[in-house]
Amino acid sequence: MINRRQFVKNGVAAFTVGFAAPAFLSDLAKAQGASSRNLVVLDLGGGNDGLSTIVPYTDSFYYSRRPTIAIPAGTVLQIGTDTSGKALGLHPRLTGLRGVFNSGKLALIQRVGYQNSSRSHFSGTDIWSTATPPNTQGSGWIGRYLSTLGPLDPLAAWTTTGDTPHAMLASGVSVAAISSINTYAFSSPNSGAEAVLERSTAASIASHVPVNQPHLSFVATTVQDAMVTLDRVASVGTYRPSVTYPNNGFGQALQMVAGAISKGIGTRVFFVQTGGFDTHASQDPNGANGAYFRLMATLDDGLTAFYNDLRNSGLINNTLVLSFSEFGRRITENGSRGTDHGAASVMLAMGGLVHGGIYGTAPDLNPATSNPSLENSGGDVTFETDFRAAYAQVIDNWLGGNSTNVLGGSFKKASLTFI
Amino acid sequence: MADDLTAHLLRRAGFGASSDDLATFAPLSYAAAVNRLINYDSIPDDVDSKLGQAGFLGTTSNGPFSPNTVINDARQRWVFRMLHTDRPLQEKMTLFWHNYFATGYTKVAGATSAIDGTRLMAAKRTEDAKGQRGQMDLLRDNAMGSLRDLLVAIAQDPAMLIWLDGNTNTKNNPQENFGRELMELFSRGVGFYTESDVYAAARVFTGWNLRIDRGATDGSNVYSFVYNAGNHETAPKTFSFPIYNDGSTTIPSRAASAGMQDGLDLINALAMHPETARRVAGKLYAFFVSETVPADPSFMTQLATTYLQNGSSIRPVLQTLLQSPRFTDPGVFFTRYSWPVEYLVRSMKETGWTGFSAGTTLTPLVNMGQQLFEPPDVAGWDLAQSWFSTGKMLARMNFASTLSLNQKFRLATAAASAKQSPDALVHFMLSRITPASSLSMLGDLNVYAASAAWTGSDTQMQTKASGLAHLILGSAEYQFL
Repeated sequence: MINRRQFVKNGVAAFTVGFAAPAFLSDLAKAQGASSRNLVVLDLGGGNDGLSTIVPYTDSFYYSRRPTIAIPAGTVLQIGTDTSGKALGLHPRLTGLRGVFNSGKLALIQRVGYQNSSRSHFSGTDIWSTATPPNTQGSGWIGRYLSTLGPLDPLAAWTTTGDTPHAMLASGVSVAAISSINTYAFSSPNSGAEAVLERSTAASIASHVPVNQPHLSFVATTVQDAMVTLDRVASVGTYRPSVTYPNNGFGQALQMVAGAISKGIGTRVFFVQTGGFDTHASQDPNGANGAYFRLMATLDDGLTAFYNDLRNSGLINNTLVLSFSEFGRRITENGSRGTDHGAASVMLAMGGLVHGGIYGTAPDLNPATSNPSLENSGGDVTFETDFRAAYAQVIDNWLGGNSTNVLGGSFKKASLTFI
Repeated sequence: MADDLTAHLLRRAGFGASSDDLATFAPLSYAAAVNRLINYDSIPDDVDSKLGQAGFLGTTSNGPFSPNTVINDARQRWVFRMLHTDRPLQEKMTLFWHNYFATGYTKVAGATSAIDGTRLMAAKRTEDAKGQRGQMDLLRDNAMGSLRDLLVAIAQDPAMLIWLDGNTNTKNNPQENFGRELMELFSRGVGFYTESDVYAAARVFTGWNLRIDRGATDGSNVYSFVYNAGNHETAPKTFSFPIYNDGSTTIPSRAASAGMQDGLDLINALAMHPETARRVAGKLYAFFVSETVPADPSFMTQLATTYLQNGSSIRPVLQTLLQSPRFTDPGVFFTRYSWPVEYLVRSMKETGWTGFSAGTTLTPLVNMGQQLFEPPDVAGWDLAQSWFSTGKMLARMNFASTLSLNQKFRLATAAASAKQSPDALVHFMLSRITPASSLSMLGDLNVYAASAAWTGSDTQMQTKASGLAHLILGSAEYQFL
């Protein structure tokens, strides 16, 4: 991650010098908002156990290798079979998403990953972010896509996490990190005209960007970005959703994203995270208070509310959600009734124009070393679809970009047609 | 007044300086100032006795203030310590190690209880009814000692045994979490270990488990490290790097009863590896000197060599570092991105704290991105530029507003000698609350202060003094140490 910071530092100097005036940015936001398609990238932080999300409930090895944390065949939400004929079921708590799946608006992509999958949270996240394996350094794929759009409004990319995710970092791309609308405001020790004057003075102080001091420039530019986006972001706070979102961080973040989409403030790509997937111990996918069960509850309730809300407002056809996680998990459970870091996992894509269904095939969980769908001596699921194929599909067919340029090569896969 | 170099030292090796701090250090030579900070054992550690006393930062709690059993009270106590301690470098290094070992309260409390989670993170052994010691107490006591000793202590720390799942590591089901992070984050670093090293390290620590002696009621459990010989894998473990001085890479098979030595052998080796020395030197350099300008290789070698020659001891490394021209170079003054808690404490030191409460810092710290005892993951907080998104910058500006409002009357009183003109008030405020440079903001501040006909009335002084404090504290120039 030191290298990531190194990268940011180098990228920033070039950015601050040419920073544009607020009036121009406002026009830019309108122009960019007009194209109105949104991408919501969802990070399932910690390494999602794909075998508990999409359950191969007819594979006897699934049960023999997970004596305490397998999901009984009788409780999975059946979704049919994949192209290899393997019957699959969603985690029993994903009832809302099963509805979206049944309506053809949810794509499930099995066994996504890359060669020599990193088992490190940090390297793994970095690789999924740069999309240039095995490189963990350099710009992020979303950032590279955004940088092809020309001068960017400060709200073109919005992360609901506190930190700017590596996937969004690129030279000349400023990312708004807004985790709460209420705190995204300018307060003052004084009121009335004094407060107004403080705000304009703060903006004026930040406009003196010392280009020969990149660290000061970076923070001054951050202040500028904050000041020129205050009012637009505040407008998102007036959004009244058509459904009730879960009262947790993930649900509230999605409500904010829906608000930003509905208010048309010009954001092209959102980044949302829900964490806790690093289930080394007491994974328990079955009990109502089990760790993985609760992860699925958070995921399902949040995404279902988001889908229904945007469907009700007629904006779901402008919206695509794409999930990823830094790695999948070990097939055999460990002594703590959990799973250690593994390799390939699943991706989800949801939206009004998604071609729903099951993409890719489930792994055969037979630990025999000759089994081609596993690696690490039969310990982990090996990838069948390069994650960049999914990115390429989104860049080309949804965002209208050029995936070969953004990803540095052609990764399209003919059978991957989810959007 | 202390000079610019001492002020720099106190920003980096402490949490900034109040006017009292500056008076304490003013008579000292630079070498003596460094010595006072580093060799703090002779200075009484009595800061906690000042909690609740007049003239110090206040606290806010539901019911009696209970920093050993209520996590938000523990957070307040730590902010209080940072602000008022006479051993600022010890507190600073405790923060450094907290980020280094990055243990999160939520998981520890989830595995125990809210009370016991707080005890395991933050209890002072001397204040806990059962003598339970929180991880932060351990880090504070070992803040300047050897990394080797600290790694052994942390490997056996109950909070860490829960955080990285050592409590479930057994021979039938080796648990990789601690072994991996020991190599990736606590010693050699990414790229200097293999996946098979991870499996080997997991087996090395099989049986390093957690013992819980249950009390009658919540809060009386006692958590301790236990070596369970029956859970230990006795087969030899081979690494890709040397474990012993003869270059051997294999920890030999031992009887289970003697198997705890496996873990000590691995830690002894890791602590003294050149890769670890360079990594620790790099972390200390980034923390104290610069996160953005890489150290020149010869200086890194010097720091790493000092580390190795002193058996992984941190104190001599800091002695070398703080006396080095790399540290004292005025070119590095005000170039390090402040961490939120550093920003917040320095703001209070320079603006004032009387009548303010540590409870009022809790939510702002979350919004700035640094909730104490809750780092985002095992790698700690993302540092440097990562602290500065638009949202997190607004959180800093809004804390500045809250503090300035709270200190409005005191600021106006303190500035009474400057009430003759708006320019004099600006000058006073900039001498009290010091940004990296005042040049670029001076014109704006003067215009702001002179926005209305000047009377120097109490009301006007309160308005403008607090407004100026808000603007300076909220400027880009103030975000650096």
